[in-house]
Amino acid sequence: MTSSERPSRRGIFLGLGLLLNAIAGLTLAVPILRYLFSPVSRGRKPGSRAWVSLGRVEKFPAGQTRFATYRNPVVTPSDGETATIPCWVRNIDGERFQIFAINCAHLGCPVRWFPQSNLFMCPCHGGAYYADGSRASGPPERGLFEYRYRVDGGTLFIEAGAMPTPGASLASLTVRRPPCA
Amino acid sequence: MRLMGRVGRWFDDRLQLGKPMMATMAHPVPRQTASWFYVFGSAALTVFALHGWGSNFMLAIVLIHMVQVFLFGAYKFPRELTWIIGVLLLLVTLGMAFTGQVLRFDQDAYWGLGLGASIVSRVPVLGPALVNLLLGGPIIASATLSRFFALHVFVIPGLLIGFVGLHLLLVLKLGINEWPMPGRIVRRANYLAEYHELTERDGIPFVPAAVWKDIIFSGFVLLSISACAALFGPFGPGGPPDPTIIQTAPHPDFFFLWLYALLSFLPPAAETPVLLIGPVIALGVLIALPFFAGEGEKSWKRRPIAVLTVLLAAVALGSLTHLGAHTPWSPVMDAWSGEPIPEKYLKGRTALERHGALVLQLKQCRNCHSLDETGGKRGPALDGVAVRLTQDQLIRQVVQGGGNMPAYGKNLSPAETTALVAFLETLHPPGQAPASDASRAAIVP
Repeated sequence: MTSSERPSRRGIFLGLGLLLNAIAGLTLAVPILRYLFSPVSRGRKPGSRAWVSLGRVEKFPAGQTRFATYRNPVVTPSDGETATIPCWVRNIDGERFQIFAINCAHLGCPVRWFPQSNLFMCPCHGGAYYADGSRASGPPERGLFEYRYRVDGGTLFIEAGAMPTPGASLASLTVRRPPCA
Repeated sequence: MRLMGRVGRWFDDRLQLGKPMMATMAHPVPRQTASWFYVFGSAALTVFALHGWGSNFMLAIVLIHMVQVFLFGAYKFPRELTWIIGVLLLLVTLGMAFTGQVLRFDQDAYWGLGLGASIVSRVPVLGPALVNLLLGGPIIASATLSRFFALHVFVIPGLLIGFVGLHLLLVLKLGINEWPMPGRIVRRANYLAEYHELTERDGIPFVPAAVWKDIIFSGFVLLSISACAALFGPFGPGGPPDPTIIQTAPHPDFFFLWLYALLSFLPPAAETPVLLIGPVIALGVLIALPFFAGEGEKSWKRRPIAVLTVLLAAVALGSLTHLGAHTPWSPVMDAWSGEPIPEKYLKGRTALERHGALVLQLKQCRNCHSLDETGGKRGPALDGVAVRLTQDQLIRQVVQGGGNMPAYGKNLSPAETTALVAFLETLHPPGQAPASDASRAAIVP
């Protein structure tokens, strides 16, 4: 069809048909794409980052590092045990705390605390950290991730809500380092 | 029998699929292409529906098929697009393997997801958003499982079926690669005419002349998968996906072990660039291959660099997989409490030295250092360490660490350090003197 020719009726209807199908396709695609991108596009649910309790301060004796768990602030009934998140609580001197994420700063494997040698060791690629969470050896580029904490009425609270990963410098996971103890 | 023929004809009068099917089956293939080397492509097709062992076989056969296509020069003109879709099929197959591993939703799946999240988080700027997309939320939970179910059952199989359809269509339209003859050069100008000549003059119908090998091999592969499943059983699921169970050493499935191993050997500063840029380069090279090597020799006998490339890749992947299966870099978490110090290292030692042995054990040194082949392999074995290091060097190494060893200065009292070094100094073969500092002898008479 040249530009001088009048568009044929068939051509117009073909175009119209294609347009209708394109609209139908888009209508179907929008909810699917919205589902796929919802973790990023929708606003965070209120309370997705919240202060959760780790229990009474007395559970964490001064000078020691203890295992603790908490329930993730946002939970669906189908989450089951995956929403119970572990962490390491270090009571530096009875007043100051450091709360470390369980995830190795290398690739997220669960680090284990060895009180005898005062080291955290990772079972995956051999990352090791000192008692204050700083990197001791192995592939991690940085120290352990830390939660912000506060003590309120004798109860230890941390600000939790997302899995810490090396690339994401999450607001709650960047805390001022206390002096090396 | 006659009735079955009549029923068949009744359907075909309406469907009219008989003629095109016969034409497809009887399409001529070069005589030498009806070879056993050409069975891998069709075998890949038959195993992808099976699980567990099927996924391992699938990946193995896809890789063999890829190597064979590469060595036979089958990616050259005019089959560039067939090769590129094949590369996409490799990616999609790896995607099936990774998402399948996640759907087992056991301990390894949980920490494997953490590993994946840690890798994608390193993408500049977009990292945190990509983590959320991957996990379907801020943590690994049921939304993650739904997401991977959608990927494994709908999205990736859809791509797989689409790509396989195109791949096969191209094989039919362009014809299967002829047997590579040394000296028969591919040129864009006259290849199609030569191939036409080869198939028309000397070709044999695909069915039954070539297809019987494909069918026999496919049957053999399917039987092997069943045999593996029957003899070795399923792999997984392991423990529950409970993050509070931290007494675990997460391990990926067989075909990702090489990556797991690579991640422990890269220097920390090189890790992010290698993880993010490496795959882009690898993919770019694979896709560009038929464009910069689209003509010329097909036979591997005249392509030494191609053969060396395959050997290099095979040795590299094989070695990394072997290391990934043994993880010598991982501390053995219970070596300190589970592996006693061999008796021969304790007999006839002084009280101080034996106390040093106790320090060695109690401070978890054995998690990374082996004695008599037991214990971790992250650090060097300590049998014979006294031959390598003098007393001063031992003290320095223990107190300051270094060379990938943590510093123990703050965790050992001076008395413990003295005892530990005294014990380490006894670790030398009977006939060999421990290392000593010659300058000391000169000063201390």
